[in-house]
Amino acid sequence: MIATFLIQDGVTNGAIYALLGLALVLLFSVTRVIFIPQGEFVAYGALTLALLDGGKVPATTSLLVCFGAVAFLFDLWSMRRGTDIRAFLRSLALNLVLPGVIYGITIVLAPLDLPSVAKALLTILIITPMGVYVYRIAYRPLADASVLVLLIASVGVHLAMMGLGLVFFGAEGLRAEPLADDNYTIGALMVSAQSLCIYGATIAIIVGLYMFFERTLLGKALRATAVNRLGARLVGVRTHLTGVTAFTLAAAIGAVSGVLIGPITTIYYDTGFLIGLKGFVAAIIGGLASFPITAIAAIGVGLVESFSSFFASSYKEVIVFGLIIPVLIWLSLSGGFHEEE
Amino acid sequence: MKNRFFAGMAPVAVLSLSLFASSALADVTIGVTISSTGPGAALGIPLKNSVELWPAEVGGEKLKVIVLDDAGDPSVATTNARRFVNDDKVDVIVGSALTPASIAVAGVAGETSTPHLSCSPVPPNISKGKWTFVMPQDAGLIARNLFAKMKADGIKTVGYIGFSDSYGDLWMGQFKAMGEQYGLKVVADERYARPDTSVSGQVLKLVAARPDAVFVGASGTGAALPQIGLRERGFTGKIYQTHGAVTFDFLRIAGKAADNTIFASGPAMAPEALPDTAETKPEGMAYVTAYEKKFGPGTRTQFGPHINDAMAILKKAIPVALKKAKPGTPEFRAALRDAIETGGPFPASQGVFNFKADDHLGLDDRAVVLFTAKNGKFEITK
Repeated sequence: MIATFLIQDGVTNGAIYALLGLALVLLFSVTRVIFIPQGEFVAYGALTLALLDGGKVPATTSLLVCFGAVAFLFDLWSMRRGTDIRAFLRSLALNLVLPGVIYGITIVLAPLDLPSVAKALLTILIITPMGVYVYRIAYRPLADASVLVLLIASVGVHLAMMGLGLVFFGAEGLRAEPLADDNYTIGALMVSAQSLCIYGATIAIIVGLYMFFERTLLGKALRATAVNRLGARLVGVRTHLTGVTAFTLAAAIGAVSGVLIGPITTIYYDTGFLIGLKGFVAAIIGGLASFPITAIAAIGVGLVESFSSFFASSYKEVIVFGLIIPVLIWLSLSGGFHEEE
Repeated sequence: MKNRFFAGMAPVAVLSLSLFASSALADVTIGVTISSTGPGAALGIPLKNSVELWPAEVGGEKLKVIVLDDAGDPSVATTNARRFVNDDKVDVIVGSALTPASIAVAGVAGETSTPHLSCSPVPPNISKGKWTFVMPQDAGLIARNLFAKMKADGIKTVGYIGFSDSYGDLWMGQFKAMGEQYGLKVVADERYARPDTSVSGQVLKLVAARPDAVFVGASGTGAALPQIGLRERGFTGKIYQTHGAVTFDFLRIAGKAADNTIFASGPAMAPEALPDTAETKPEGMAYVTAYEKKFGPGTRTQFGPHINDAMAILKKAIPVALKKAKPGTPEFRAALRDAIETGGPFPASQGVFNFKADDHLGLDDRAVVLFTAKNGKFEITK
């Protein structure tokens, strides 16, 4: 009886970790960035949803406008040696008009008491473009740097985003309202509608990613970049485009995770980091390359976490993060050492 | 040659300048180090806000207040405290908001003979220090009141759930030390971390142990996580929360799950509800009114009043010390320390401080009230 509760809890959390793990694997394989701030997108998403529930205009919208403005300045700087008008207009539309429009939509919609699904969609709309700007500001100038430099940049982006989170959301936690309030009883199990949403969204995103990579030209370009950046470039894949796409997808997945997890727990400005790390454990078990192994490992992480919180709650984090050690030993013994490019 | 001469003269010039500066500034200087960022930000920000409500002068002397952020990090707190003492020549240090950082500040204060008012609880070996005085209620005082209430409610078995850090250990320690005295038996000891996304495992184990009541040793909105979890899993018994949980954010997050819960608190959370005879009422009302006027209604916290109380003590102690020595001198700091230790009682918002040479906590039962939650508000209970 208790075991079924624990399994249910573990699978629910594991599904969230799976989403984060998938985003991390996606980003690493396409751009070689170990994206520590992935958890921040989750926290931003959850906090944005919680503020929308309160009928307030979330601070992430003004943050989005600021990010866009900075990205525009970066574009202007790189165009300083003369440019064509089309690139300028494109940058203007992407970096200034788009966040402005989202800002306007939010101001109009926030005070209306929207249904929760609409709030969730609005949240995802606000958070997703941040991926584009984070890539433009922090990573595009470093696109050809080593994995280590990119990792250090990630630490910087993580600290900056966490600090901005504290400024904009305050130090106390928020909790969003569930997307659906119902509970269903299946045998002895009580399943909440929110956890069903989580399972559904995770499966939908996994299937969606599969279709994207298998069926679309852009998805295939991403896969090509993941296999070999230089080779992809030689056959005409624009690696900046694949980078932007990967970051947009990652931000969208982060926002979805935030919307899903916001109603089941209290989220603080710094919660995202820990959630992201657990997704990272799953991504490491998947060797930062395999999507299916990452997804399964994430469910495993959720289960281990939930059982260890029952049997040895003081050592829970130790057990969860300890999982990574045997995997690393095994990977380093079996795979041998190889540096990319 | 000429260059060398100037190089030799420069330190002398600086020295005479700084001598001049310190003799010109006879104001009382207060150094405040608190965690307005980092893991203690929820505690540190109301403290920092409360500093803004301090008066501009005390006993005819201007106050010079320097506020630094230590991010809850003991090493930064040490650096801040040393800066206060060496560069700013402060007369008293206030802070920090988190226990580890306060311990670090107490170390510097003791070494440099500077009075120190800590805004977080500290372990007994630190509060025994000659120069450190503690503003918040210590865990023993709160625990005694909560345990007595449990006994009165007929509680025999208790399930414990707390933070997996020193705050969680602190309350478990109180059960070990005094639980038996009040006929309380702990049947489960569970831990979790503030950023955890779920406490289902711990809650299941608590419910399975069938305790009469559950005691939550956590602070801020983090204390709401097991509260909600327990109610979701159908636990209907009484839940007891420490003063760390008494915030309006807690009620906002916990909502209906906060019913049938007893909170220990300092009186400054609801001075309106105190009888007019309470010695903590005037300071509490003045502080809460001023704070909510500046930062909005419903923004009061358990932690901010410690800053107000530090000033309530200094307001009485500084004039006494001024009669003996000039600010900025070691003699003034010693006189200020003596005035704090012997000049009580100091009625403040969170209690009446009456320090003695062997008691730098100084609070008694007047510093604790018990609340229940009703309709998103705290109400005093007996």
